[in-house]
Amino acid sequence: MATLFQGLPSSTAFSSSNKFNHAPAPTSFSGTWNNERKSSIVTVRSDARWSPVLNSATHKPQRLITNAVATKADSSLASTSSKPGHELLLFEALREGLEEEMERDPCVCVMGEDVGHYGGSYKVTKGLATKFGDLRVLDTPIAENSFTGMGIGAAMTGLRPIIEGMNMGFLLLAFNQISNNCGMLHYTSGGQFKIPVVIRGPGGVGRQLGAEHSQRLESYFQSIPGIQMVACSTPYNAKGLMKAAIRSENPVILFEHVLLYNLKDRIPDEEYVLSLEEAEMVRPGEHVTILTYSRMRYHVMQAAKTLVNKGYDPEVIDIRSLKPFDLHTIGKSVKKTHRVLIVEECMRTGGIGASLTAAITENFNDDLDAPIVCLSSQDVPTPYAGTLEEWTVVQPAQIVTAVEQLCQ
Amino acid sequence: MALSRIASSSHASNLLKPLSAALSIRRLISSDSTDPLTIETSLPFISHKCDAPPRAVDTSASELFSFFRDMATMRRMEIAADSLYKAKLIRGFCHLYDGQEAVAIGMEAAITKKDAIITAYRDHCTFIGRGGTLLEVFGELMGRICGGSKGKGGSMHFYRKQTNFFGGHGIVGAQIPLGCGLAFAQRYSKEENVTFTLYGDGAANQGQLFEALNMAALWDLPAILVCENNHYGMGTAEWRAAKNPAYYKRGDYVPGLKVDGMDVLAVKQACKFAKENALKNGPLILEMDTYRYHGHSMSDPGSTYRTRDEISGVRQERDPIERVRKLLLAHDIASEKELKDIEKQVRKDVDDAIAKAKECPMPDPSELFTNVYVKGLGVESFGADRKEVRATLP
Repeated sequence: MATLFQGLPSSTAFSSSNKFNHAPAPTSFSGTWNNERKSSIVTVRSDARWSPVLNSATHKPQRLITNAVATKADSSLASTSSKPGHELLLFEALREGLEEEMERDPCVCVMGEDVGHYGGSYKVTKGLATKFGDLRVLDTPIAENSFTGMGIGAAMTGLRPIIEGMNMGFLLLAFNQISNNCGMLHYTSGGQFKIPVVIRGPGGVGRQLGAEHSQRLESYFQSIPGIQMVACSTPYNAKGLMKAAIRSENPVILFEHVLLYNLKDRIPDEEYVLSLEEAEMVRPGEHVTILTYSRMRYHVMQAAKTLVNKGYDPEVIDIRSLKPFDLHTIGKSVKKTHRVLIVEECMRTGGIGASLTAAITENFNDDLDAPIVCLSSQDVPTPYAGTLEEWTVVQPAQIVTAVEQLCQ
Repeated sequence: MALSRIASSSHASNLLKPLSAALSIRRLISSDSTDPLTIETSLPFISHKCDAPPRAVDTSASELFSFFRDMATMRRMEIAADSLYKAKLIRGFCHLYDGQEAVAIGMEAAITKKDAIITAYRDHCTFIGRGGTLLEVFGELMGRICGGSKGKGGSMHFYRKQTNFFGGHGIVGAQIPLGCGLAFAQRYSKEENVTFTLYGDGAANQGQLFEALNMAALWDLPAILVCENNHYGMGTAEWRAAKNPAYYKRGDYVPGLKVDGMDVLAVKQACKFAKENALKNGPLILEMDTYRYHGHSMSDPGSTYRTRDEISGVRQERDPIERVRKLLLAHDIASEKELKDIEKQVRKDVDDAIAKAKECPMPDPSELFTNVYVKGLGVESFGADRKEVRATLP
């Protein structure tokens, strides 16, 4: 399983009791500063020690291991060499998936800004241009509307382009192409043309990137008919979803998160493809269903540790498929726990959580013992100041409080 | 301004004089004859950063005959669509192409069905040119299941995959990057084919045109951008919308050619030239100087921003079908009666197609959910609980 660091101190109040089993083995992170133009990824080196966090905003960054999966007791013990599979970072997993698909099918090509010679601003396409050539890993000028349109036009003839937005927010410029041409052409042509594109890129709230570079486009794209949307959150599902998206005949938008690129995890050596429409059961439980995706999964898992301490048994599901929702898995869970908490990074108004709340209420109203609680980001442009930015996004403490209120 | 342009091109109406001077012997040519015939275009080509093609166009009697028949079919089809719209059998938007037929026909004469064409919403005739049938056109316009897109697209969404016609797009200018993508795919698969991306004088002011041009020129894509300049962007005349209405020059580093779009032979010559050039040197802009008799769409009378005199003036002086008719008569390829018979036959074909399309049923309600996704990886349109299947994708 993957671990994540909170660089900034959170106001989580951890109980000082260390009742639960946790694996103390170190999981190292390779920290890199990526100082390139539009973004910076911050990663922090860790050691294995777990110490309680005091309720102080000026406290130094704490090292946390989020390991609240109830069923696994000893998974991250021992040395890494004896375990099956290989370890890599999330962006490397994406690259592995991409490379395998490009080798498998000569129609797969990549286009985007700085994907070729530069290697990708998040290194997802590093080395691919040298391997596959400039035409298959195409450096485009800064013209999102047009190169997205170009990718869609190429897909109409049978190519399978992967269009990278350097940041998802820039794809707002290509909204017309994505909505009208990508989503609707299969329908308006009466089924004549398929558009097997993958539109991918990092989005979400990063570390003080500013309002325009911290957008969550899944809420804007979710109404477009004809597209599928998926969000990856671990190296395992990143590679699997990337491969599935490329192989899909439908246009797929793959949402990555700026802060998750350096997650390290072990993935199988064998080839695997995940299902685009399935949700992932992260932690089975009995008391409450927590639905989440992307970065918020880690906040939820962190909160889950606290909740487990307090005696709750949350069931955590990473919905992964943002369009269509995997109502099968979600429904099964709701029927078991009868309480739902949605934790998302979208804004309150018109976000994925809003749609999910409506979908669950419409279909499983009889199974709910309490109204659905949806924790989302604030309806504000993401501020630059670190403390303000922290309060824009849902924090683990809020999740814990919400579960406590929900389970009364 | 537009009027003065029409007046200056009135010299082009006298086709008979230069032709009869060139042909010293008048002979009766059979309308099936494929013997080469050389005819001069009425106006010279004006070029930008390239050498203009010669004015003498190689054609044949049978080709001219087919031009007449095809253009007459298109003209009749558009006029019938006008009546159907007024009878409320066609709803929504209906953009008619009458007056501009020479562009569609001339282009088809110069290329193969392996070359790709993509255009905007004034696409009924381009669809016919690419092999679509009248039944498919009227079926789609009336929203029936026999339509080209099964009734789900409408007037602005005609497509024909087997003959590489990529539509049919409602948003002004959005088809231009798509066209570049088609050319990119052609270059990627190393096919020796080109893509003709058509847009209007209104779309020529879109940023995506210049973005796409930049990329096409950068990577030497075999894309030919054709500006069908009918001088009006809906209600706005070109001189009121564009600082520089010389659209063939606006590519700057991309060579351009200005063509008389009402002369089918000139269009053919220009497209032939463009195809050869694009395969060698990369993108090219063709500006077709053409005219539409109808308004922008059926909701636009077309007379609030231009005078009726102007419209009738163009119809008298520059009408593409009349031009070909005069050529056929001048070369004795067909008699007046034969041409009238063709027009009668065309009228009958169109009426038959309309009658047949009217009998065609509307799509079944289950068709609402088909073709949203392509069936693959188990995508089915379920009701929310995965128990009630709303539609199974074909």
